[in-house]
Amino acid sequence: MKTETVIESWVKDGSSILDLGCGDGSILEALRSNKSVQGYGIEIDRKNIESCLEKGLEVIEQNIDEGLSNFLDKSFDTVLVSQTIQVLKNPKQALEEITRIGHQSIIVIPNFGHWKSRLTLFLKGKMPVTESLPEKWYETPNIHLCTLTDFENLCAELNIIIEEKKILDPKGRVNAVLSAWSNLLGSSVIYRLSR
Amino acid sequence: MNNKSSIGLIKPSSVKFDNSLLLECGKELKGFEMVYETYGKLNEEKSNAILVCHALSGSHHAAGYHKDSEEKAGWWDSLIGPNKAIDTNKYFVVSPNNLGGCHGTTGPKSTNPETNQAYGPDFPVLRVRDWTNSQALLADHLDINTWHAVVGGSLGGMQALDWSIAYPKRIKKAGVIAAAPKLSAQNIAFNEVARQAITSDPDFQEGNYMQTNTSPKSGLRLARMVGHITYLSDESMKSKFGRELKEEKLGFGFDAEFQVESYLRHQGDAFSKTFDANTYLLMTKVLDYFDPADEFDGDLVTAFKPILAQALVLSFSSDWRFSPSRSKEITNALINAKKKVSHIEIDSPLGHDSFLFPEERYVEVLKTFLGSQS
Repeated sequence: MKTETVIESWVKDGSSILDLGCGDGSILEALRSNKSVQGYGIEIDRKNIESCLEKGLEVIEQNIDEGLSNFLDKSFDTVLVSQTIQVLKNPKQALEEITRIGHQSIIVIPNFGHWKSRLTLFLKGKMPVTESLPEKWYETPNIHLCTLTDFENLCAELNIIIEEKKILDPKGRVNAVLSAWSNLLGSSVIYRLSR
Repeated sequence: MNNKSSIGLIKPSSVKFDNSLLLECGKELKGFEMVYETYGKLNEEKSNAILVCHALSGSHHAAGYHKDSEEKAGWWDSLIGPNKAIDTNKYFVVSPNNLGGCHGTTGPKSTNPETNQAYGPDFPVLRVRDWTNSQALLADHLDINTWHAVVGGSLGGMQALDWSIAYPKRIKKAGVIAAAPKLSAQNIAFNEVARQAITSDPDFQEGNYMQTNTSPKSGLRLARMVGHITYLSDESMKSKFGRELKEEKLGFGFDAEFQVESYLRHQGDAFSKTFDANTYLLMTKVLDYFDPADEFDGDLVTAFKPILAQALVLSFSSDWRFSPSRSKEITNALINAKKKVSHIEIDSPLGHDSFLFPEERYVEVLKTFLGSQS
């Protein structure tokens, strides 16, 4: 099973969705055709915005770091945040906002606790460059990396409930075998949260 | 005419409506004439028509030239034409002159059938909805049931918004550019200064200047000068004029010494020669009165409930007349009403007037929006 399939399985038919950091809109487009969602993408990259418009999607040019106060409490069935939390200036505040806006939130994050990352840091003394974290430290947009344990601790602190989680391998496929040792073996993870 | 990318020579059309039109003010207009231009071809399915709405001082002449000797093309020529943002190879573009205007559509300069004299100051004060309703009659006349899009900047953007509220089934896309959901006190204040400039001109004669073959030119000139300042940005004025003088030295007098002064005087002069003062008063009132939320206790979300169209809200970074935050008000209300909306802010130093210029991203975004499947 792929990341997109997991997301689709967690999104109800005809529901509303806010995709924060929607990229080129491909997830939103798939959700529109497979789940008839009514959705908006939030994006700051101009090329990505253009791609969303080409697909006929709704896209709002807005910097998440500058706040999400324009979205009302529980105004969306789902807030989707795929590979975005770690690029934000204030992930804690963002997480509070995300769970305020959505009845449920779906978060995909890379796991910095993956064994490859740990090994590079331990043996080579270098910041890891892996499949899920492909950029060097000075050019990566990922300014707030965390391990699964870190993220789950933050959720606990904010009284956010982890309803479900799936561990993904480097190719973005769900891998049940990895789950037992998720923080060590999971390349990235997808959470379904509520508060 | 020296512009190869333009659509070329254009001949305006005109249509007369005999039925009376009930206006928002409660009065009836007993028949009216509407002047309009069209560019491109209507397809067989009649599904490619785009209505372009003009702003405060615009006209039906949005693109192309009326004659070879004409120096300036229509006001939106940079966006309407072959392969342009509003592509006339693809779309059938309709651009009317609004009711109350002074370019051929029935307005204060037209003859009142009841008195056989010009309406002058007696022409009813209108609201945007009156324009929408009259444009719907034009759509009927052209056999266009549904607009592919209604697009406009500033007051034109407000019409696009109003179209999507008033005739939800007749509009697929709304291009709401450099607009606001209603005017702020500051906006109204500027309009009031403009109106006072006109009405306090001795030649205004309570609006009956046509009877003495005069026009309150100095008032109109002043009104335009004030308005023009709000269309530009501090940045664009700085780069265009700075503190540059016409002569080398200060003259220690009150003539136009700075370039910006002579520019404004020139703009005011040119405008006051061609525009009708009563129309100017009327248009500023239409702006002041625009407020789709007012019949819903100020609740814009409720006002937007009927909308079916997909909207693109565009704002410009240096626009302080209708700043990007005003566009965000529209966008957020549309989101809360669960309507289809995209909002994009274009970086531009040109102030409110930005919507008239073909900035690369602006053109691309508008073109993509119009061409996409919603």
